[in-house]
Parts: sequence; C-alpha cells; structure tokens
Amino acid sequence: MLLLFAAFFLMGQRDPVLVPEVSQHEVQVRQGFVGQELLLFGAVLDPAGRAGQDYDIVVVLKGPSEPIRLREKERFIGVWVNAESSDFRSVPSYFAVASSRPITEIVDDKTAAIYEFGTDYIQLSPSGSIDPEEQRRFAAGLVDLKRRLGLYREDFGGVQISESVLYQARIELPSNVTTGTYTAETFAVTRGRVIASAVSEVEVKKVGFERFVEDSANQWGLAYGLIAVLLSVGMGWGAGRLFARL
Amino acid sequence: MDVYLPIANLSVDGLVIVALGALTGILSGLFGVGGGFLTTPLLIFYGIPPTVAAASASTQVTGASVSGVIAHSKRRGVDYRMGAVMIGGGVIGSGFGALLFNFFRSIGQIDVVINALYVVLLGSIGLLMAKEAIQTLRGTGGAQAARRRHHPLVASLPFRWRFYGSGLYISPLAPLIVGIVVGILTMLMGVGGGFILVPAMLYILGMSANVVVGTSLFNILFVTIATTIMHSVTTRAVDIVLVALLLLGSVSGAQIGSQFAVKAKPEALRLVLAAIVLLVAFRMFLGLFYRPDEIYTVYPL
Repeated sequence: MLLLFAAFFLMGQRDPVLVPEVSQHEVQVRQGFVGQELLLFGAVLDPAGRAGQDYDIVVVLKGPSEPIRLREKERFIGVWVNAESSDFRSVPSYFAVASSRPITEIVDDKTAAIYEFGTDYIQLSPSGSIDPEEQRRFAAGLVDLKRRLGLYREDFGGVQISESVLYQARIELPSNVTTGTYTAETFAVTRGRVIASAVSEVEVKKVGFERFVEDSANQWGLAYGLIAVLLSVGMGWGAGRLFARL
Repeated sequence: MDVYLPIANLSVDGLVIVALGALTGILSGLFGVGGGFLTTPLLIFYGIPPTVAAASASTQVTGASVSGVIAHSKRRGVDYRMGAVMIGGGVIGSGFGALLFNFFRSIGQIDVVINALYVVLLGSIGLLMAKEAIQTLRGTGGAQAARRRHHPLVASLPFRWRFYGSGLYISPLAPLIVGIVVGILTMLMGVGGGFILVPAMLYILGMSANVVVGTSLFNILFVTIATTIMHSVTTRAVDIVLVALLLLGSVSGAQIGSQFAVKAKPEALRLVLAAIVLLVAFRMFLGLFYRPDEIYTVYPL
C-alpha cells in the first residue's frame, strides 16, 4: 500500500487517490444471522497537498447479479392474471448507494446513469424487444419490489466526510441477502466529475451448519429428502409415544 | 427468538413458526386434514419464498400425520387396505400433477391456476360439508338415511373388494380414482389433500365416519413422503430448519387435536372444518379479484 502511495507521489499524479476499506471483508451467515451492518470508510489523499478542497463521496455496494424474468399481473375479465413479461440479464441481488449529499446536487443525470448512482440507474440489461416505455415500467416495478424487500437501498447523505480527508458510510445488509461476492465501489466526485474511484470486495458466505445444510440439499438431494422424512416421521412418532405415556 | 433458515435464506422468529405448526397440528389431529392448505399460505404471508413454503409444509405434514396415524390406529381408525389402494392412485396422480405443474409454469399462469383451484375446491367442499353437518345436527331424517350410502357411480364399477374397516363392499377402482385425483391436486396445490380426501371418502365412497380421519391421515403420510423426496430431488426447496420448527409445534398439536376428536361430536367437528375451509376459500376468492399486493413477480431464469 505504501509503495502505491509512493508511486503516485513520484508520478506527480494530479488527481487525488482514494484509499477505501470495509469493516469486514467476510460476512458469515450462520445460525442467528439477522443481518449485518457494514462500515465503508477510507481516506481521500490529495497528492498536490491542497487542503480544504471539497469532495463528495459516493459508495455503491452491489451483490452478485442474476438473470430473471419479471411477470406483470393484469386484470383479465375481473381476475388478476400474469400477462406481460420481460427478461433482465443482470439483476443485482443487492444494491445500496450512499452519498455525502443528494445525488442531484453532486452530478448530472448522465453521470449518475454511467456510474449507477441510484436505484433508478441500475443497469439491469433488459433483453427482448419491447418498447423503451414498457421496459421502464418493468424496471421501476422490479426496483420497487426489491426496495420493499430491503434489498435495494438509497441513503443520500449517509456518507460523512471529516476534514475533507476521511469518509465513512454505514450500509445495512438484511438477513435475506444472497451469498456471494459483493463489490463496494467508492467514488470521489468534485464539480460534477468523478475524479477517483476504488473497489474493494466483501464475501458473504454461509458457514458451519447452515453451509452444510445448503450443500447437502444441493449435492445429495435424495439423501437430504430421506433425512427430512426421517426427521419428521421420527418427531411425529416420538410425540405419539410421549403423549401416550402422559 | 431469531432463527436463520439456510434454504429460505432469511431469518425468522422461531416462536411464530412453532405456533403456526401447533395450529395446523391441532387441525390435523381433529379433522384428519394435513393442514397444508393453511400452512403454505401463512408461511408465504410471513415472507418465506413460495416454493420453500410449499415444499417444507409438505414435509411438516408428514410428521403431523404420523402421530395422527398412530393415535387413530390404536382406536382401529385406519382402514389399511383402503389406504393402500388410494396411495397407489396418489403416486400415479402426482406424476400427472408434476406434468401439469410444469405446463402451467411454462405459460406463466401457475399461481393463477393454484388460486382458482383453491377457490373452486375449497368453496364447493366447504359448502357441501357445512350443509350436511347442519342437516345432521338438526337431526333431519333424510340425511341420516343417506349417510352410509355411497355414490351411485361407485356401485356400478366392476370387481368388488371387501373393505372391512370401512364397512364397504365396492370396487377398488373407486378409491384408486379418488387417489389419482388427490395426487394431482397435491402436486399442483402443494397440500396433503386431506380436505379433498375426507369429503370424498364420506360422500363419494360412503366410508364409515370413524375410519375416515385415520385412513385419510394414513394416505397423506405416504403421499407427503413422496412429495418431500420429489421436492428434494427437483426443486431443492425443503428447508430442514423450517421443517424442524414447524414439526415441534405440529406433532404436539396433532396429539392434542386427536384427543379432542374422540370427545367431540363428529358433525360439530365437520361444521367447524367447513367454516375454516370456507374462510380460506373466501380469502383466496378475494385475492383473485382485488388488486394484488405485488403486481410483479420474479422468476429466476
């Protein structure tokens, strides 16, 4: 890390450098897991040594993406049935964005869209050939659904910057997160321009008994099913014996 | 008490799940229904993903029916011969059901089909049971005379067998067909099928009332075992932690329920079951016409 700083100083780089860190690089999902608060923090180093320059910081935490089909219900002779559908090739299972000020005050729409600064700007990669209007409606429906599940979050003003150098943001992972590799991207913005960015990773994984259960269910389905049956027959029989004695 | 469910991927309040299990356990002991028609919707309402809810509920019903079967077999309340024929039909039916399930899922209408089935079946069965139970409670003569007679179609089927437990001399084809129909519905609706089986045994086959509950549970036991295995191999959606919590409540509930069942009047029991069935049907009916909470549903590709 020190070498890296040194390199930047020697090169006389004019843009500032971001040094991001996450409170933990591994989130363990085990019994009693009710979610986890991650602290994303770090420093903005200005090689030119100018003090007091104002930055805005935006952090984006994204979970692994998956392809999905989204179906929309419509009224058909009074009954709500699934009608239209739309496919999205990369829907992040989790998406959170936090910034030091409201996004509209930091960057314009175009920049926000490029860097995905907000749940409205997530690049979902819709596929198929439906018109843009319809696609927007589907995307909005998907984002709203995920937001209410607590999986898509926006916290404008959630990043605190102290002394124009240190920043920190707290981001909540709910208990229903998908496991996998999460990327935390940090952006330093000044005068509507992203001047520095850095990425760090967070691994969310199941450990211990929870890991064992998931692996068994996926790899040894038949054995898993038999054990589930044995468990339930056993408990039913046990209760029968117990109550017969009472 | 927070418990993390490894397959459902979320944490729940363990005590709520145990209480839910106890509620369905009592129902299963009392009425001989698995309680799946109540567990599955309630679990989904609580936030468990629908596939996990349906798969795990069927495993839980296995446990609830074991203790029920034991309790009823001690009172000679199980006609094993009748049960075996129906299980045979159930296995055939669940195969058909799986095909239908895949077909409706491919055209994206599976949830609408399931809801409509719930409304039609629960609604008509509930009404039938309520009408009959009220007539019997009032002591109307007609109902009393018709009680032990089976449906005329059943009598017309060939090869008759004696079913001593049920007090019947009918063709095994009748319970086999009933088993097939229940098997199809079990796969489609993710329930044990008791709420269809019990009325079918009473009103179509005309089995004597004291073996209906036990035999129905006996059938449910084996059909849900098959469904659990089927889910474990295909959908991989059985959450063993969720199952254990549900079982904790339901096995005790089933014992309490079956002890009540001997004391209570069977007609009164059926009236109560009819009311519950109608209530669920009515809720589902509203669900078809009211604007749903979620317009959009996500299907993984």
